[in-house]
Amino acid sequence: MITYAEILPQLVETLKPYAKKVGHPKETTDLVSELGLDSLQVMQVLLKIEDQFDISIPLNNLPNIRTVKDLGQEIEQLLKA
Amino acid sequence: MSLFKKFLSIKQAREEILQSGINPFHLTIEKINSATEGVINGRATILVGTNNYLGLTFHPDCIQAAQEALAQEGTGTTGSRMANGSFSSHSDLERAIEDFYGMPHAIVFSTGYQANLGVLSALAGPGDTLLIDGDSHASIYDGCRLGGAEVLRFKHNDVTDLDKKLRRLGDRSRRTLIVVEGIYSMLGDRAPLKEIVAVKQQYGATLVVDEAHSLGVLGKRGRGLAEEADVEQGVDFIVGTFSKSLGSTGGFGISIHPEFEFIRYTSRPYIFTASPCPSVVASTKVALRIIRETPQLREQLWENANALYDGLEKIGYNLGAKVGPVIAAMIPTKEQALAMWQGLLEQGIYVNLMIPPATPNGESLLRCSVSAAHTPKQLETIIQSFANVHSSLKEHTPSLQT
Repeated sequence: MITYAEILPQLVETLKPYAKKVGHPKETTDLVSELGLDSLQVMQVLLKIEDQFDISIPLNNLPNIRTVKDLGQEIEQLLKA
Repeated sequence: MSLFKKFLSIKQAREEILQSGINPFHLTIEKINSATEGVINGRATILVGTNNYLGLTFHPDCIQAAQEALAQEGTGTTGSRMANGSFSSHSDLERAIEDFYGMPHAIVFSTGYQANLGVLSALAGPGDTLLIDGDSHASIYDGCRLGGAEVLRFKHNDVTDLDKKLRRLGDRSRRTLIVVEGIYSMLGDRAPLKEIVAVKQQYGATLVVDEAHSLGVLGKRGRGLAEEADVEQGVDFIVGTFSKSLGSTGGFGISIHPEFEFIRYTSRPYIFTASPCPSVVASTKVALRIIRETPQLREQLWENANALYDGLEKIGYNLGAKVGPVIAAMIPTKEQALAMWQGLLEQGIYVNLMIPPATPNGESLLRCSVSAAHTPKQLETIIQSFANVHSSLKEHTPSLQT
């Protein structure tokens, strides 16, 4: 089973093209206020991540995902389920 | 005040638009003369943004039925059907909808928005999954939130992505409700329903089709996309509205499943709201009969849609989807869309201005909804006005040149 520690670098790579504002996304980077993603970009990123990890992220969980770490942990949880 | 802090970004966005000297937020139709004509800013205006697809709002039979109901049953019902009782006209309308669709279980709601809220929230609760198209209407998103089910979305009109998401659900796909729309309201494109039904059946899921913009528009009898695509047997639930082709206000859900009747006891948007008023119920019932008995209206609508589509395409507009009663011209920037919308209004043409974030893919759109009631002369005037604003902006914006 893939762990959070293994997910994180993959996730950072995926987010890099969207991180023009901050350069290199960190665990604490806020996806909206720091990466500056609008709602359309959030949707595009999530679809990309869903395919990358073969998971489906429920819309219900999105309000709790603010940082790169939150997103990584969500991916870990969904892979465990 | 911190409570109002969240409105700051809206205030800024609004001010940014108002600085252009154009105010699209408080458009008022000062007088409505017919299904296609009104007065806006003191100017006679052709209405091309009303969703009045068959032009039935001024049909004499609908008006007469509404007037009679008003005189006989009063102005309102003053209560919900659960707490205060149904009028027999509510049940009559439900039987008429059942007859129209050839399905046995119809339920009437007070608005189309509430129909989606009421059906989706009652059908899918905790432990269930809703799998919705990414470009779904706000009423679908809100209905999903109200019910407490897990909500997933698939890429707009992408059956491969839908298949992928159903596969990932495993056994839970059998407790999954897929939600799509017949015609999507912004761009006017249609769901690939035949393929969606096939995938739904493969995974044992259940399917709702929102026919809000396709009722009266698609299908031999005007039942919508499910009829047009010849997959009515594969659709579990249909949701629709009275406020477009039927020319009034209200909504409905209908199903082949007898269990659908139980949502009357669980659907909060059905239980805790006043039932539709008698005049609305009466005119809707007559409009349904007119749709059934007058296929010529649908033929006229398509003739008009083809004429407007061809006219706009010839000018060089990039149109959002293939020909249909919703025709969306895609404009490169928000600023250009605003200026062109205002230009059209000054020439006596009202269309819908659609700008991000309310639009798919962040597009800026001038959205037309065609009516069977538009005359050839009106269509000619609309096309000419679109040509005028196109050439006036093309001079200043090379990106518009085609």
